[in-house]
Amino acid sequence: MELSAVGKRISKKDAPSKVTGSAAYIQDVTLPGMLYGKILYSTVAHGRITRIDTSRAERLPGVKAVLTGAQIPPFKFGVYKDNPPLKTGKVCSLRDEVAAVAAIDPEIAQEALDLISVEYEELPALFDPLAAMAEGAPLIHEEHKTNILKMPWKLMTGDVAEARKAAAFTVEDTFRTQWVTHCCLGTSGCIAQLDGANNLTMYSNTQIPYLAQKDFIEALGSFGMKGRRVRVIQSVIGGGFGSKLDTYAYEYIAILLAMRTRKPVKIVFTREEEFLATSPRQCTITRISQGCSKQGKLLFREMEMILDNGAYTSWGATTPSVMMLPISSLYRVANVKYTAKCVYTNNTYSQAMRGYGNPQATFAIESSMEQLAEAAGFDPFEFRQINANQPGEHTPQGFKITTCGLSECMEAVRKGLGWSGKRGEKPGRGFGMACLVHVGGGARVYKSDGCGTMIKIDDYGKIDVFTGSSDIGQGSETIIAQIVAEVLGVPVDDVNVINNDTDVCPWDVGVHASRTTFVAGNSALGAAQRIRTQILEIAGAALDEDPSGLDIRGGTIFAKHNKEKNMSLTKALRNVHYAPGGKVLMAEYFYDPPNENFDREFKGNLSCTYAYGAHGVEVEVDKETGRVRIVNYVAAHDVGKALNPMLLEGQITGGGAMGLGYALSEEMIYKEGRLMNGSYLDYKMLTARDIPPMQAVIVETDELDGPFGAKGIGEPGLVPTAPAIANAIYDAVGVRIKTLPMTPERVLSALKEK
Amino acid sequence: MGRELSFELNGEEIKVEVEAHWTLLYLLREKLGLKGTKEGCGYGECGACTVIIDGKAVNSCLFPVMEAEGKQVTTIEGLATKEGGLHPLQQAFVDHGAVQCGFCTPGMIMSAYALCQEKALPTDEEIREGIEGNLCRCTGYALIIEAIRAASPGR
Repeated sequence: MELSAVGKRISKKDAPSKVTGSAAYIQDVTLPGMLYGKILYSTVAHGRITRIDTSRAERLPGVKAVLTGAQIPPFKFGVYKDNPPLKTGKVCSLRDEVAAVAAIDPEIAQEALDLISVEYEELPALFDPLAAMAEGAPLIHEEHKTNILKMPWKLMTGDVAEARKAAAFTVEDTFRTQWVTHCCLGTSGCIAQLDGANNLTMYSNTQIPYLAQKDFIEALGSFGMKGRRVRVIQSVIGGGFGSKLDTYAYEYIAILLAMRTRKPVKIVFTREEEFLATSPRQCTITRISQGCSKQGKLLFREMEMILDNGAYTSWGATTPSVMMLPISSLYRVANVKYTAKCVYTNNTYSQAMRGYGNPQATFAIESSMEQLAEAAGFDPFEFRQINANQPGEHTPQGFKITTCGLSECMEAVRKGLGWSGKRGEKPGRGFGMACLVHVGGGARVYKSDGCGTMIKIDDYGKIDVFTGSSDIGQGSETIIAQIVAEVLGVPVDDVNVINNDTDVCPWDVGVHASRTTFVAGNSALGAAQRIRTQILEIAGAALDEDPSGLDIRGGTIFAKHNKEKNMSLTKALRNVHYAPGGKVLMAEYFYDPPNENFDREFKGNLSCTYAYGAHGVEVEVDKETGRVRIVNYVAAHDVGKALNPMLLEGQITGGGAMGLGYALSEEMIYKEGRLMNGSYLDYKMLTARDIPPMQAVIVETDELDGPFGAKGIGEPGLVPTAPAIANAIYDAVGVRIKTLPMTPERVLSALKEK
Repeated sequence: MGRELSFELNGEEIKVEVEAHWTLLYLLREKLGLKGTKEGCGYGECGACTVIIDGKAVNSCLFPVMEAEGKQVTTIEGLATKEGGLHPLQQAFVDHGAVQCGFCTPGMIMSAYALCQEKALPTDEEIREGIEGNLCRCTGYALIIEAIRAASPGR
């Protein structure tokens, strides 16, 4: 079938409002009578609050409310319910919220914070997860009785000990990754507004409107407003990348300040606050060993990981679940053992970030694969091909691989780089590659992995699609419009997508797991097909044709066997609207993919399809300075089907750039829990000048369950970047960098040690 | 104490009362309602607040408002035609997929605008240099560079 909307380079529907500056982000929204909230953070990383004096702040003209933990009802939020919005008794990190103010403008609110005096009795603090795990270490949360989270991540398949004995070659090493942060250009923020009956409207830039709604409903219950309604309205979102996958203290504080003042209260983070108080991707220490047979067949993979959870628990603590995916299923390996411990420290607390653990795990796996290939005497490309996953295989963790373009991606990378796949091919230069697997059809990490869609179509053939899914910049609004336009034979411009209001749109679990194109796309597809069925029945009666013999193209319904027999879509719609007992066409569809929750052993088919890819890079390493120059970069991804190649390339090159920063320059530098580089000047994300030539290669495998064959692609673009570069550096100068980021200092010191 | 400030904003002479300690960004966003110019950091490090002052791209978050006296200021709201037609750079950003979350976009376009005023046919290297001060987390810059190349007036 020839497609008219799907598969085309169609520009984003929201682009005109974004290029003209008319798109309203949370920063741009004001409500009548609105107050501005500000938060006072702790000045010690671990300590008891012995005294808070807010009296001077309260007397400052323009201040409408000052809150401390003692004045709010007991309530804790987060994945582990270990985090109160305003702390009482004890603070556990330098981002702990100890007081908050609402005032008539942000400057007065800030001034009021300066007038609050807080005294602490400092406690011994822990900033290193290894120290926090040691026996007798001070407890961060006394009631938890240990600093190791009681989430024992453990995956076992086959028999690693036996496989180790059988292996002809084994390697073992330790790899470390750093804290990095999302760096959304639009900072976090919200406005909490209560109506006269105490129903809450939350203006927010969350990635999870319906889970946030649930969190706020629970909070209202704790705040004495049980049974009240909560409406979440998303302003245009200035970047997400996982940072807005949970609810945060600032949102509860805004609600509490709105309750106290009876006015809408806005809290928007400054850039310093965004660095200080959003939850980053955690640092990890990974011990990995792998072994293979003489023929190069991978026999086992054993990994132990320690993750710095930080002071409280958000989704960062659950990233080992996604790490298990590459650990068990990147390349064919029957015997796998993986354990991970998340450890409380007095650092900031960790959260999801694009890739959800996969980048950390893949850095260790793909660095180790290269070491093993060398130990066994294989070229890296050949070694990967020997062990590459194949379509239709079932992996030991219970993943049912459907389509799999891994080998094609690897080949595309090799060709794109002009590389033979062998070591030491170009003197002074190095080639490296790394592969990835990620969920491609959503992931059942919550009870439901679903998304709802409602569609209505008016007398003029204009369509409104109400989807639960959110657009955080990735372009899901446009993809959904393309899918609906394709099914209904109308121009994409005639499809309006409403995706930002829980009062209006049906449920969705949120923007995570690269799931929106797949899950929200299938949901929109289902709803559009239901409308199409209604339209064709109406037209079939009017044209005296069997509805199955009709098609819609360009707003015209016609008989496939005789295009002369046709009627306009709008005429069909008006006929049925104005007929006696008339109706306007509407449809709804809820799609929940056949994905499985993990069982107690962390096994199960988490996603109904998986996305594979390979990245390859050519580097030049300056032996004098340790600087790594990327000469060429190729990123090949099995995307199922490119619904919009332009937006897809944007996901791949955007993800790739984020991955390059992770590999080479980005690191949140903490000293005793204090962030030393919390600004764009000191935290080195890449600029336009740093970006190397990057070629995105799209491999289409036509996924049966995907909307028009598509798989998810939001996260994969940054997963294999760091190991690909590490492998290329090794090829160029013979040193293996095992700690991220691979800064010139690190490369140089490795060269000196060599 | 309020002080009077006169300057040309998006082609129109305006006279406003300001406080001397304000930044130009504050005046634009909070007093004149021109919310298209974004504040990404407040320290001149991200470029989201870029406007054009007398032909040069400037971080308006650092620019003392009194310095605007008598100058020509152009913001993102001043680029489109009066009838609402997009400026060729804006159109190119739309057409080439140079926009994702869009928060950096107005500032990015203003930097590109200043560049294209100066050089009708900038090289890729000059484009990279021209937008070096504008951070983007979503796109990886590739499609932004492509858009600016396509819209440069000498093409």
